[in-house]
Amino acid sequence: MTNRIVAAAAGLAAAVLGFAGTAQAGKDLDAVRARGMVNCGVGIGTAGFMLADSQGKWKGLSVDVCRAVAAAIFGDSEKVRYVPLTSQQRFTAVQSSEVDIVMGNATYTLTRDTALGLDFTSIFYYDGQGFLVPKKLGVKSAKELNGATVCVAPGTTTELNLADYFRANKMTFKPVVIEKVDEIRSAFFSGRCDVYTTDASSLAATRAANVPPPQTIDDYVILPEIISKEPLGPVVRHGDNQFADIVRWAFYAMVEAEEHGISSKNVDEMLKSDNPSIKRILGVTPGMGKALGVDEKWVYNIVKQVGNYGESFDRNVGMGSPLKIERGQNALWTKGGLQYSPPIR
Amino acid sequence: MTDAMPVGDRKPLAPPVDETGALGWVRKNLFSSWGNGITTVVLIAAVLWVASWFLEWALFTANFTAATGAECRGGGACWALIREKFRYIFFGSFPYEQHWRPLFAVITMLAMLVLSADRRMWNWRLLVIWGVGSFITFLLMFGQIHIPLSLILFVALVCGGIGLTLRSALAAPSERMAYYALVGIGAVGLVLRMVGALPAWSIAIAPLSYVETSLWGGLPVTLILATYGLAFAFPYGILLALGRRSNLPLIKGLCVGFIELIRGVPLISLLIMASVMLPLFLPSGTTIDKFLRAQVAVILFAGAYIAEVIRGGLQSLPKGQFEAADAMGLNYPQKTLLIILPQALRVVIPPLINTFIGFFKDTSLVLIIGIFDFLNTANQALVDPNWAGFPGEVYLFAAFVYFIFCFSMSRYSKYLEFELNKGTRR
Repeated sequence: MTNRIVAAAAGLAAAVLGFAGTAQAGKDLDAVRARGMVNCGVGIGTAGFMLADSQGKWKGLSVDVCRAVAAAIFGDSEKVRYVPLTSQQRFTAVQSSEVDIVMGNATYTLTRDTALGLDFTSIFYYDGQGFLVPKKLGVKSAKELNGATVCVAPGTTTELNLADYFRANKMTFKPVVIEKVDEIRSAFFSGRCDVYTTDASSLAATRAANVPPPQTIDDYVILPEIISKEPLGPVVRHGDNQFADIVRWAFYAMVEAEEHGISSKNVDEMLKSDNPSIKRILGVTPGMGKALGVDEKWVYNIVKQVGNYGESFDRNVGMGSPLKIERGQNALWTKGGLQYSPPIR
Repeated sequence: MTDAMPVGDRKPLAPPVDETGALGWVRKNLFSSWGNGITTVVLIAAVLWVASWFLEWALFTANFTAATGAECRGGGACWALIREKFRYIFFGSFPYEQHWRPLFAVITMLAMLVLSADRRMWNWRLLVIWGVGSFITFLLMFGQIHIPLSLILFVALVCGGIGLTLRSALAAPSERMAYYALVGIGAVGLVLRMVGALPAWSIAIAPLSYVETSLWGGLPVTLILATYGLAFAFPYGILLALGRRSNLPLIKGLCVGFIELIRGVPLISLLIMASVMLPLFLPSGTTIDKFLRAQVAVILFAGAYIAEVIRGGLQSLPKGQFEAADAMGLNYPQKTLLIILPQALRVVIPPLINTFIGFFKDTSLVLIIGIFDFLNTANQALVDPNWAGFPGEVYLFAAFVYFIFCFSMSRYSKYLEFELNKGTRR
């Protein structure tokens, strides 16, 4: 009943005021082209991934993926319309065509990929549960945490993963279970527990923002062990495979560019390179853009305006940012990480 | 008797020094007994202690100029954070170079509110003020306004209809003809437009670049949601309240049902319905602006609450007022508008303003559907890792701005009570 009233009233108001926008169903790419903008759903502020800066411009690793898509389609990474979405709204918004891509830091899972009628096009960040400890504990690995007190949020998979990990490694721990994130943080920083565990990206944000004054960010370390899989990917809806391809390859182009040493600084010189792979990637040898249905200079535009994956990572969440997250699993496959782009050829 | 002074020469003695002036006031109010004296001293000491601690933190050791959050750490309040972020907190993601637009939109809205607070404006001028004010506000915020033909026709129909109902007995024949003409043009035009005989034509006013509602944020959003939410909810609430007291069972049933339903669910659930469920019911490809959905949800919700407040006022009127109006031969609209509502509304000013203040603050719940109002842009400023770790400063700043608005509303309510109750005060 409420819905109908709301629907009827909103529908009437929209009809009268002419607010209603109509997107073309089916061909998402056509709709994007006609609009001249990519509608990109972003989450409510997450440090390093998506956050409006002091001038109100959206920035972050997730935001850069949307910018790369816009650069591929329009040759201009600024042609993105950001729509802030909460985690309840994000999938509905992409299902109902309110946005074209959701970069809501959603974990890629089977049910989301299938039952919700969505597609995860790639994995732009391998997140997972990690451990934050004070440096003065002298711990170098999670394997040394036997007998530790661990701060953890209740009733989450985080809590189960923690118990499994310690049991599998034949260690014991004392859980300090606290519901609210702020309280967990203050408990951890006041020394009530030795270890704080949650997703590693969130640990990094906590370390960057919440360390109480006399101590600094360097007094805390995130241990190298990651004990769960939380792959984050861009989400599009079923129905337009060409658009999904562009989103997928816009990201892979960033990874491929890093692998071939193409960065925003040297991309112009790289145009003169003799390496056939680089010539193909940058569109000097045409064909790739045509196959994808975009301009031949698509990778050039992405790298020039957004940067390669390494640059974006470093600027937003890595050592060049306050978060100081190690590349870890997000290093290129050539450097022992998981970031791997299928070849552009 | 003999040594008594003549009456004319008697002069009253001045009261003792410690009974008058500041000293007398202090003595009477603060130190009238040992107990009171001790309480006074203890409380003054406590206030001074808290104040000195606060001033030390907020002024003397505060940092106003740091370039990053790291430089701010360790000292007192980090007002440099506010300096860095205030434009974002006030205007959200609105294009940075164009911040003058939301600034003037806010000023326009405030001017509109202040002007309509004056009782001398409570006539046709109010319509002009709101019409012009709203037009300027939305022109600045959107940058471009398209007025479709159907809206113009609809307004003509409504204006004509209102004129006919209210002034049918008083108006001169020519005025009545004008109302009939408006209704006729509106109705015929709308029908023609619906069957497709008239083209989809609209007036475009586009002096500035278009800015979508997804980029709006901060104070303009809070003000628009609250002002227009309440401006529409108020007449809607009056209609609901009148409907609830109606003798027609269908109207009464609908109004009671609506009010109880809306009051029975939290605002959050209504907002989530509007933002998560509604798009799934609409035909594929059609989207309604998220901001508009939130605005409608706020109007519906506030309407139900205002209706109940106004019903209280209606019930407080003695039956004689209704009967007297009937005896004068007034019809229902005249009776309601001229006799009943002026008295009923006067009674409910304090609870009404209370509802308004509550809703002004409740608008910050729109965060859960991803709209950044003033409190939420303040929250976002906290997430920035370069400046994180100073929640106190940001929330104090936000509280200060909210306080200015709510306190003004509360003072205005007091003034209004005084003004409107002149007739009944003894």
